[in-house]
Amino acid sequence: MKHTLLQRLIQAVIVLTGVALLTFVMLRIVPGNPIETMMGEHANVETIQRMTAEMGLDQPLHVQFFKYVASAFRGDFGTSYSLGKPVKQLLNSAFANTLTLALFAALFAWIVGIGCGIFSALRKNHLSDRLFMGFSLLGISLPVFMAAMLLQYVFAFRLHWVPISGVDSWKGFILPAIALGWNSAGQVAQMTRTSLLETMQEEYIDTARAKGRGPAGVVVLHALRNAMLPVMTMMTIQLSGLLSGAVITETVFSINGVGRLMVQAISGRDIPLLQGTSLLATAVVIIGSLLADCLYAVLDPRIRKEG
Amino acid sequence: MPRDKREQMKKVADIRLESQIGEEERFWDLMRRMARENKTALLSFAVIVLMTLAAVFAPLLTPYTEKQMDLMNRLAAPSAKHLLGTDEGGRDVLTRLLFGTRVSLLIGVVPALLSLLLGAVLGVLAGYKGGLTDAVIMRIADVTLAFPSMLLAMVIMYSLGGGIMNVFLTLTLVNWANVARVVRAHTLRLKNSEFAEAARAIGVPGRKIMQRHILPNCLPSLLVLFTLNIPASILTESSLSFLGLGIQPPNASWGLMINTGRQYLYNAPWLCFVPGAAIMLIVLAFNFLGNGLLDVLDPRQKKQ
Repeated sequence: MKHTLLQRLIQAVIVLTGVALLTFVMLRIVPGNPIETMMGEHANVETIQRMTAEMGLDQPLHVQFFKYVASAFRGDFGTSYSLGKPVKQLLNSAFANTLTLALFAALFAWIVGIGCGIFSALRKNHLSDRLFMGFSLLGISLPVFMAAMLLQYVFAFRLHWVPISGVDSWKGFILPAIALGWNSAGQVAQMTRTSLLETMQEEYIDTARAKGRGPAGVVVLHALRNAMLPVMTMMTIQLSGLLSGAVITETVFSINGVGRLMVQAISGRDIPLLQGTSLLATAVVIIGSLLADCLYAVLDPRIRKEG
Repeated sequence: MPRDKREQMKKVADIRLESQIGEEERFWDLMRRMARENKTALLSFAVIVLMTLAAVFAPLLTPYTEKQMDLMNRLAAPSAKHLLGTDEGGRDVLTRLLFGTRVSLLIGVVPALLSLLLGAVLGVLAGYKGGLTDAVIMRIADVTLAFPSMLLAMVIMYSLGGGIMNVFLTLTLVNWANVARVVRAHTLRLKNSEFAEAARAIGVPGRKIMQRHILPNCLPSLLVLFTLNIPASILTESSLSFLGLGIQPPNASWGLMINTGRQYLYNAPWLCFVPGAAIMLIVLAFNFLGNGLLDVLDPRQKKQ
């Protein structure tokens, strides 16, 4: 077990370095000098040259990369071209918002998804099952931006229940979290239902029944623990989806998060900021899946005993 | 039913050609069986055919043209004259939707095909050559998959710039890794099979073995991946266009229609919701069809 985890950890470091390298190369092959874009048309040649040297952009690409990685390890991601602040500082404040949003979204997805899934599995093929599953299908196929705009239109604009945008109070998080979690909720519901139905056919469930456990006890005490394993792994894959969706949700609801920062970085042609945001986002995904592997190992004794 | 992505890919990698599991059911028989047993997949196929027809015959289906402006009738609500209303330039939304089908279908199909080609070539190379080639290709695939797809697409679009060709390229680079993984898994299994060994024994070069013996065996998997990559591409493009990073006007994809319509969300909501519904419909249809194909091609399912 320790061995596999160590292996995964090494793998994660390799992948993360790869991500840094990939973004670095991709962002550097853009034609044109970023300093020129930043200074506008009227900057004189000398200033541009001085600035380029100051930022180390005149050095060979591999030297730049190693310098970047070295300072990234110390927590220094450079200075944003367009906003003039250290990228680290920008990421710090934005990450808190994105994390809150993602946590609320995940909470919504898990509670609603697992709840609907269990309910559907217990009343398989009843009307309520079909209704829930139809609903979850809608959740899966509804693009995030559609969910966001629909919610915003109905609950903020028509009904005035919550603010249209911004997260000044906790109320501001409600719609974005639902919009973002909607998709995952549908997937979790489907997965929970399928997995629970499969587990219910295992022999140990019959044993539990034969020992006189009631239907609710069988599900909660015996079936659920095993049925949740595949759902757990799926949730970690969703982390990546949640971050992708956060870009859209934050844009629609004007939340200052990592996703919005990334959109700003692109429109401002701001390489350090873009690099910082994408590195942070992928790091979160990689660490998330690493944690999930640990959790999975703790929950599933078959994996715990291996290796 | 839509499934967990990782589970889905595992199943795709499990697909075998019929001859290998000793069951002689030809491809078209399988398709016929799917149509008989899986009504949702059949219906989805019908929806896709209808949408394709609508895209091809768009000019015949509407009295308006795509760019015909009518400034007296800006942001008009849906009515008998304009079934789905008009946009900020007084253009008929239904007409734009029909023409947008062309762009959106292209955006689904072209990158799906390209990523299939790229992924299949790299996957078979990685699996067959092994060693350093394998390590390099698969680590690049790992890195690609570690990126949240939307963020990767944004970074690539940034370095390439907007425009439809770059959207194709971006979506190809986002989607190839899954294909490569599946094809590599097949290759690892097939390269030591008896027929590959026999071919090697009589001196067939490696390139020919990959072309003639391994890749054809991957075709059923590739078909499923193709069908599932189409909705993924459409969704990613519409999200990119929604952020203004995808297709640039005057090309009108559904995502771009939503992006421009967003400014009028409160006085003309149909501008966003109509193309949004169209995206949903086509994504659902392709997903159902893809999963239907997966079920009918999956050998374990077949035995039941």
